[in-house]
Amino acid sequence: MATLEINDLHVSVETENGPNEILRGVDLTVKQGETHAIMGPNGSGKSTLAYSLAGHPKYAITGGSVTLDGEDVLEMTPDERARAGVFLAMQYPVEVPGVSVSNFLRTSATALRGEAPKLRLWVKEVKEAMERLQIDPSFAERNVNEGFSGGEKKRHEILQLELLKPKIAILDETDSGLDVDALRVVSEGVNRVRESGEVGTMLITHYTRILRYIKPDHVHVFAKGRIAESGGPELADKLEEEGYEEYVKGGAAS
Amino acid sequence: MAEAQNSPENTVQGGPPPVGSNTTGSIAVAAESTVATRMSAPPSFDVADFPVPHGREEEWRFTPIERLKGLHDGTAEASGSLKAEVDAPEGVTLETVGRDDSRVGRAGTPVDRVAAQAFSSFEKATVVTVPKEAVLKEPVRVSLHGEGGVTYGHTVFEVKDFAEAVIVIDHTGDAVRAANVEFVLGDGAKLTVVSVQDWDDTAVHCSQHNALVGRDASFKSVVVTFGGDVVRLHPRVNYAGPGGEAEFYGLFFTDNGQHQEHRLFVDHDTPNCRSNVVYKGALQGAEAHAVWIGDVLIRAAATGTETYELNRNLVLTDGARVDSVPNLEIETGEIVGAGHASATGRFDDEQLFYLQARGIPEQEARRLVVRGFFAELVQQIGLPDVEKRLIEKIEAELEASV
Repeated sequence: MATLEINDLHVSVETENGPNEILRGVDLTVKQGETHAIMGPNGSGKSTLAYSLAGHPKYAITGGSVTLDGEDVLEMTPDERARAGVFLAMQYPVEVPGVSVSNFLRTSATALRGEAPKLRLWVKEVKEAMERLQIDPSFAERNVNEGFSGGEKKRHEILQLELLKPKIAILDETDSGLDVDALRVVSEGVNRVRESGEVGTMLITHYTRILRYIKPDHVHVFAKGRIAESGGPELADKLEEEGYEEYVKGGAAS
Repeated sequence: MAEAQNSPENTVQGGPPPVGSNTTGSIAVAAESTVATRMSAPPSFDVADFPVPHGREEEWRFTPIERLKGLHDGTAEASGSLKAEVDAPEGVTLETVGRDDSRVGRAGTPVDRVAAQAFSSFEKATVVTVPKEAVLKEPVRVSLHGEGGVTYGHTVFEVKDFAEAVIVIDHTGDAVRAANVEFVLGDGAKLTVVSVQDWDDTAVHCSQHNALVGRDASFKSVVVTFGGDVVRLHPRVNYAGPGGEAEFYGLFFTDNGQHQEHRLFVDHDTPNCRSNVVYKGALQGAEAHAVWIGDVLIRAAATGTETYELNRNLVLTDGARVDSVPNLEIETGEIVGAGHASATGRFDDEQLFYLQARGIPEQEARRLVVRGFFAELVQQIGLPDVEKRLIEKIEAELEASV
C-alpha cells in the first residue's frame, strides 16, 4: 500500500529580502485509500506544500524529508515524481501553446505507463472520461488550457487525474472559482478516483463547501506553515462555525 | 528575458480602413507609400545607386552588417565556389545565359545594396523553364552546396501559361552567398517553391526572391531556414494581372549565435488578387536573433484585394531576441479584407513544470511544444516528403541543442 510520509518539512522561497521560510516543520502521512482535507487561511502555506511535493523549482527545501513508499521524493525531478505516482491538480493550470489536449494526454499517459496506450482503447478511455466530466469533445483539439474558462481548466485537471491514476493526488484549491454545478461535476470525478481505493488524496482548500461533496477521513488545519490541529470530519464542522480566527492569532505565517 | 515586439490582431474588413489604427505593427492609410520611401534608396539593378549601409538605415537596423563578410560594402570578391545540381523532369529546359538575356530581371529589381551587388556581380544566369501547359509529376530539385568563399548568383524560374510545377531548392555547405531568384508565372500557372536554408553554421546568405504572378496564377513560397550564421531573405511578390494568388509560408529555427531575417513584401498593385503570409519561428540560445518584416502594400489600383499576414514566434530560452514588424498600407478602401497579426511567446518554466508534473521529461516537453507549434504550418506545405524532412529536421535541431 502506497504511503506518502512528510517529516518536519521546511521550505523557503527566495525573495528580494533573502529567503523567506514558508513551511516550518510539516508532518503528515497519507496512505492509499485515505482522504486528507488540508484547510487553512490564505497565506498559511497550503499551496507551498502542494507545489513543494510536486517539485516546483521555485521552492527550496531547507529541511525534513518526503518519502513515497520509502523512496526519497525530494531527490526526484518533477517528472520522476509524477512517474512515481504523485499528481498535483493545480489551482492555476498553465496554458501550453501549440499542444493539443489529446496530444498532451497521450504523451503524459505514455510517460506514466511506460508505453504508449493502444490507440483505439485510449481514444475510448478519453472519450468516456470526458463525457463523465461533461467536457465537450472539441476540447481534445484545443491547446492545453488556452482560452479555457476557470471551470474548464479545473475539469481538465480532474480529467487528467482520472486518466493518470496516481497513487497520491494533491488537489490544490480545485474548488476555488467553481460554481455549484461545476463543483459537483468536479467532486464526482474526484470521488470516482477515490472509490477505486488506490489513491491517497490531499484535498487542499480554503472553504468547507467542497467537503459536502468529498468526505474526508482526516481534516488538518494548516496555519503559519505547519499543521496546527488534526482531527476527523468534525473538525471541518468546527471550522465552518468558527472560521480560522483561532489559528491565525499572532499574525500570519508569511 | 525574451524581447519581442508584439502587436495585437489588426484587421480591416472591406470598406474604408480605420484611420490611424496603429500598433507596433501598423495599418496606415497613406497618400504615398512609406514602404517604398522609407528605404534609403529606390530599387536599382546597379550597386552604385546604393550607399554603403552603416546599419542605422530602416532596412539594415536589425542586421549585423559586420557579419556579412563584405557583401554590403563591395569588398567581397567572387572567389569561392558553389556546386549546383539541377534534377529536372523531362520537358523542363535548363539554360545558362549571359547578363544581357532578355529574360533576366523581369520579376523585380534589387531593393538593397546586397541584392544589387549580386545583380552587378553575377557572370552567368541560370534559366529554368517549364513549358506552357506542362504539368510536372515530379519536383524540379536544385541543390546548391557551398564549398566556401564568396559567390554571386542569378536564377530565373519561368513557369509558362497553365503549367504546374514544384521546385525544391536546397542550400547546404559553407558559403558567402548573395543572389537574386526570379519566379515568373504565366497566366493560370501554378508554382510551389520550397527554399531550404540548411547551411553550415558559418554561412552568410542574402537573397532576394521576386515573384511575378500572372493572371489567375497561383504562387506558393515555402521558406525554411535552419542553418547559417547570417541568413537574410527578401521574399517578394508582384502581380502581372488580376486574379493572382500568392501564399508565403515560412518556418525558421534560430539557434544560439544565428541571425535569421525574413523580409517579406507583398505589392498589391493589381485588382482582385489575394495573398496570405504565415511565418513561424522557434528560437533557442542566448544569442539567437530572428527578424520578421511583413510589408503589405495595397495600392490605389488594387481594388478587391484580400490579404492576411501572420507571424508567430516561440522563444524557448532566455536571451533570444525576435523583432517582428508587420506593416500594412492601404491606399484604397475598396478591398475584400486585409489584416495582420504578430505574437511572440515564451516557453517558460511554468509550462515546463506543468508538463513535467504530468510525467513528461524535460526534453520531451520541449519537443512536444515545438512540434505542436510548427505542426499546422508544416501541414500547409502540401508536399509529404518535404513535410517529413522538416519534422525530422526540427527533431534534430531540438536534439542537438537542448
